[in-house]
Amino acid sequence: MMSDSTAPTLTPQQLFRKKAAGEPIVPDEQEKPNRHIVSVKLENSVGALNRVLNLFSARGFNLESVTVGMSDEPSVSRLTLVTTGNDRIIGQVMRQLTNLVDTLEVDDLTGEPYVERELALVTVGYTVETRPEIMDTIEIFRGKVVNITEDTVTIELTGPNAKVNAFIGLIRKHGIVEVARSGRVAMRRALPYEQPDE
Amino acid sequence: MEVREVITVEKSRSNGNSAGAVVVSTDRAESNGAKVNVKDAGKVLTGAEILIRSLEAEGVEFVFGHPGGAVIGIYDAMAQLNPTFEHVLVRHEQGGTHAAEGYAKATGKVGTVLVTSGPGATNCVTGIADANMDSIPIVVFTGQVPTHLIGNDAFQECDTIGVTRSITKHSFLVRDVRDLAQTVRNAYFLARSGRPGPVVVDLPKDVIAAKTTFNYPAEPQMRGYEFPKAGDPRLVEEAAAMISNSSRPLLYVGGGAISSGASEYVTRIARSNGIPVTTTLHGLGAFPEDDPLSVGMLGMHGTWYANQAVQNADLLIAVGARFDDRVTGKLDAWAPHARIVHIDIDPACISKNVPCDCPILGDVSAVLAQLEPQIRKADTSAWLEQIASWKEECPLSYESDDKLRPQFILQKLRARTGGDAVVVTDVGQNQMWAAQFFSYNQPRSHITSGGLGTMGFSFPASMGAAFANRKTGRPVISINGDGGFLMNCQELGVAAAHKLPIKVVIMNNGYLGMVRQWQELFHQERYSHTDLRPSNPDFVQLAEAYGCVGLRATTPEEVDAVLDKAWAINDRPVVMEFRTVTEEMVFPMVPAGARTDDMITERFKPEDCA
Ligand SMILES: Cc1ncc(C[n+]2csc(CCOP(=O)(O)OP(=O)(O)O)c2C)c(N)n1
Ligand SMILES: [Mg+2]
Repeated sequence: MMSDSTAPTLTPQQLFRKKAAGEPIVPDEQEKPNRHIVSVKLENSVGALNRVLNLFSARGFNLESVTVGMSDEPSVSRLTLVTTGNDRIIGQVMRQLTNLVDTLEVDDLTGEPYVERELALVTVGYTVETRPEIMDTIEIFRGKVVNITEDTVTIELTGPNAKVNAFIGLIRKHGIVEVARSGRVAMRRALPYEQPDE
Repeated sequence: MEVREVITVEKSRSNGNSAGAVVVSTDRAESNGAKVNVKDAGKVLTGAEILIRSLEAEGVEFVFGHPGGAVIGIYDAMAQLNPTFEHVLVRHEQGGTHAAEGYAKATGKVGTVLVTSGPGATNCVTGIADANMDSIPIVVFTGQVPTHLIGNDAFQECDTIGVTRSITKHSFLVRDVRDLAQTVRNAYFLARSGRPGPVVVDLPKDVIAAKTTFNYPAEPQMRGYEFPKAGDPRLVEEAAAMISNSSRPLLYVGGGAISSGASEYVTRIARSNGIPVTTTLHGLGAFPEDDPLSVGMLGMHGTWYANQAVQNADLLIAVGARFDDRVTGKLDAWAPHARIVHIDIDPACISKNVPCDCPILGDVSAVLAQLEPQIRKADTSAWLEQIASWKEECPLSYESDDKLRPQFILQKLRARTGGDAVVVTDVGQNQMWAAQFFSYNQPRSHITSGGLGTMGFSFPASMGAAFANRKTGRPVISINGDGGFLMNCQELGVAAAHKLPIKVVIMNNGYLGMVRQWQELFHQERYSHTDLRPSNPDFVQLAEAYGCVGLRATTPEEVDAVLDKAWAINDRPVVMEFRTVTEEMVFPMVPAGARTDDMITERFKPEDCA
């Protein structure tokens, strides 16, 4: 019988398992965590949201962002979760979410055509000199000014997460006073032939 | 934050079954709960009365409970309605939950617990967690303060739903008496279907008092709940091909095979195809251990030859097992040559610890029924010969001299019962010896706390098993250590009051033996706070104080006489204290987190394991 207790190399089966789990094959290789965006339809009942969030903390899954709101049906709420992990962990996240009695549908949007939006409210300082540049930037990003004082302006911006990041990056030098971001909401594209957003 | 990451990463869409299996909802097909004959249907009843009639409708036989302010109304209704179930007043709510677990494990039916709010509920936490880890179907009804006081730090208030959220399969807070009957229906259905587990139903006092028209629903109503039934035919075919082409296959059978009632399938598939079988702690009894194809238990304290078989197999057929760390040791080094077929009802168990080659989601019995006719017998004779020689090379053994050793007692118990008994074990060394030396041939003949490893489990669980077997007359043996036994010995009085003929074995080694073993092996013999001798009671007197019979043996010669006396008593529990060797250790052993190949087969010097 084979006995590989000292064999330095992996057996074909060990190699298969590492690949299937998305784990690094060589020990020093950095594991690349994949970011997944998951849409969940949830029973709109007391404690249901708690169960979802509890799952993440109890099982040690990452939760980067979560948004909750109503769906078209009053008895169903809609969550968009952003989580990271290797393939094995993402598989676990999906299955554990599906296992919850309160989840009606769990859909991993990653790698599928989908639309996502995030809302950000950003308050930045301005002066007479910087004001034109700020207004330009807002214009380019199709933002909206929702409040203005003598030295600050509050901007409403919606778009994919990446666009919001880019806007905040550009506006930062003017002195950000406050940022509030909604987290992402997402859904599958209804028309599969559309190009992915931006 | 990175940008555009989501769009560029290529991942397949998955709906929780990306492993490729099909989920079939069989909500209806599985509902076997509600009886047709429901009492008081159509009448206006209080919540308390509805609860009682609903439990009857579910076919509940025993309720293990303890009253208190929040549930006094339910107890009052019980006194008036003369229910068809029997209420057993336990002396600690933890004992009640374990009794319900023991009943559930012995019968396959759902165990029922009823306790008050606050401390009544928190006392149940250990039992609920235990049932959750070991997939045991129980429903725990907890009292709650009136709805208008919830959140006010009212007397005996506890956020029971919050406290138990991560240790239940699901839980319900009933806010309206009109939802009560449907909730009970849902709770029992959830507990027993799919992967079984504990369900908590929290009952505010005003809901119990409120009235509504009672009707017991025929069907559960949970649109988000589904579980797999039959396996995906393509995967079953693939598995059959893998088995048919394997020359070194091994069936790795867990508790799921027993809870699904799949022992017969496992036994037939193994025997007609010459496939050896190893079981987990919870799988003991799923395949007869006296069959030459059995290699006994695998894992940390499994047999050396079972672990050898795992390490050399080219195919593992995992049946209702979950690749627990006590089974695998260091994951990377486990079963390095084996392709894996995994049959399980819980999608979350698939590829959780070890990615598998062929995952089949489904009820284990249903899948094995699909699989059996498709397997072509492969030639496994060389493999079976190899296993036979491993068995000879390193069998389970212990020193036999003039000292009283626990293994000897277990063999005596086996001989006395011929294996026809329900053995309920506690946690620690006693548990492992009971797993190794009793030899189980039937499903549901071995009950233990595996996942949570709850000391104090055995005696109350054996009480539940004894209630379940009151009519069958099947003997129930409770195996304990001197540490764990004291954690729920208050239930002795309950078992005595109900004249349960439980044979209670205490392996008194004067120590928290399993911890002592680790201290001896891995902590340079520093026996920090594991000596129980200064605080141990006189177990014989303790038994007598509760109205049980107490017996004691201190040498191997005395064992038979004690067993003779014990087996002559059938109207109350008999507690047998065996003064066993303190230094005895459980071998073989894979140290926690070590490679299975590095199993220690006998006592060794601590220097060796540095
Ligand atoms: C409630 C609880 N506390 C602590 C432990 C940790 N533990 C595991 S085995 C063990 C020793 C058990 O001693 P005893 O009941 O005398 O059994 P023995 O090992 O001596 O057979 C302990 C303390 C546990 N499993 N459960
Ligand atoms: Mg002990």
